[in-house]
Amino acid sequence: MRALTTTKTALTGNYAVAHAVKMARPHVISAYPITPQTTIVEKLSEFIAKGELKASFINVESEFSALAVVYGAAMAGARAFTATSSHGLFYMYEMLWWAAASRAPIVMAVVTRTLGPPWNIHDEHNDILAIRDSGWAVAMASTVQEAFDLTVQAFRLAESAYVPVAVGLDGFVLSHTVETIELPPQEVVDKFLPPRNPDLPLRLRPGEPITMGNIPSDDRIHAEHLKNIYRAHQEAKRAIYSMDVEYGKLTGREYGGMVEKYELDGAKFAVVCMGAWCGDAKEAVRALRREGVPIGLMRLRFVRPFPDEEVEALAGLDRVVVFDRDITPAGGILGREVASVLGRDKVTNVLAGLAGVDFKAEDFRKAIKHAIEREYRDWIVAL
Amino acid sequence: METALLPISRPALGSGGITGTWRTLKPVVNLAKCIDCGICWLYCPESVIDWEKGQKIKIDYTYCKGCGICAHECPTKAIEMVPETGL
Repeated sequence: MRALTTTKTALTGNYAVAHAVKMARPHVISAYPITPQTTIVEKLSEFIAKGELKASFINVESEFSALAVVYGAAMAGARAFTATSSHGLFYMYEMLWWAAASRAPIVMAVVTRTLGPPWNIHDEHNDILAIRDSGWAVAMASTVQEAFDLTVQAFRLAESAYVPVAVGLDGFVLSHTVETIELPPQEVVDKFLPPRNPDLPLRLRPGEPITMGNIPSDDRIHAEHLKNIYRAHQEAKRAIYSMDVEYGKLTGREYGGMVEKYELDGAKFAVVCMGAWCGDAKEAVRALRREGVPIGLMRLRFVRPFPDEEVEALAGLDRVVVFDRDITPAGGILGREVASVLGRDKVTNVLAGLAGVDFKAEDFRKAIKHAIEREYRDWIVAL
Repeated sequence: METALLPISRPALGSGGITGTWRTLKPVVNLAKCIDCGICWLYCPESVIDWEKGQKIKIDYTYCKGCGICAHECPTKAIEMVPETGL
């Protein structure tokens, strides 16, 4: 069903997210400005000021409060949105766990940015990956169009699985880059995203006082609750696939659910990566295919829940090259996670693009070649 | 009818539960000294003091933890913490 009122326009990644949030009809938005996220909430407050969006924009003095506000709103039955980056995300850290363990269906845009010191506003994935175990679903967009689509889908996912969803987009590389984008008509978004059920995750009404989050009479209640969050994430995987198909029928855009597969048929080697630089990685894969190298690419759209089964499908390949735009004292995060599925001897982990250093298609091509020929020179290799 | 996706509780008497045998002091009100100000009712952390203007105050010893805050706050010292050791 391709409606005639689809708008084709050009937007930055951040404005695409703002348009997606507007079309999702949220009740409450609260955020604190931080580069490179700021223009998302600037645009949203402009929509509200112009009367194009009917929502409460609540100004706060910190990111901790921003998440606390949307958390309270979501628990009271509102559709709520916030956005942040880097240090702002880390300032929210405690509230992230409260929101996830409360099953609050919040959507948050995380515009990825490196951590200081030294002060640096450029792109790196360490910030969004640091929240991967908090109970949030964590997704990464690769294009401006996907930043829009993923944000709309995130509301649907959050309100069906009752897990908060963080939608990542690369700082500047995506957030401030203008690309052409198709905006679906409002009716299509309304069809895809039914109104928020205010009685879940709990029913909060005047005159019916309840307490959540207080000390359980038996710790086993708490343990069971933690298991339920794990189960919710496993169920979210199914929701992500069915959602993707449904969204595809409405807009003509399907992404492949948990992962995007590129040229993997008949491949002996695979690249695994996430985010905007996957476009450059695809260029490199295309070039290597022309050279006769049987290689494909798997782009992780979600890192939480983790696409275990999808990664496991790469087990028969000769070598899997995982690109991490992050660094930890134990190597690359995605490299270790993929190795936990495929084994360490199958995986080469290349850490690159750190601190926002540009990593182009040609750099990918060289790095992949070094990795599959088992000879490294200038790459930081963790495994 | 419980539909919440997370553990919740509803308000009930004595949020800290029924008092065990460990309480050693309990507040006893001397009504002759009481001026009906309601301060003990306001300060009781367990909400076990039943008070309305013009009514004599009543303390629910099933839930009273014997913390002594009411006795401490009483402006006329009408509440005494009496030992419960039975000795």
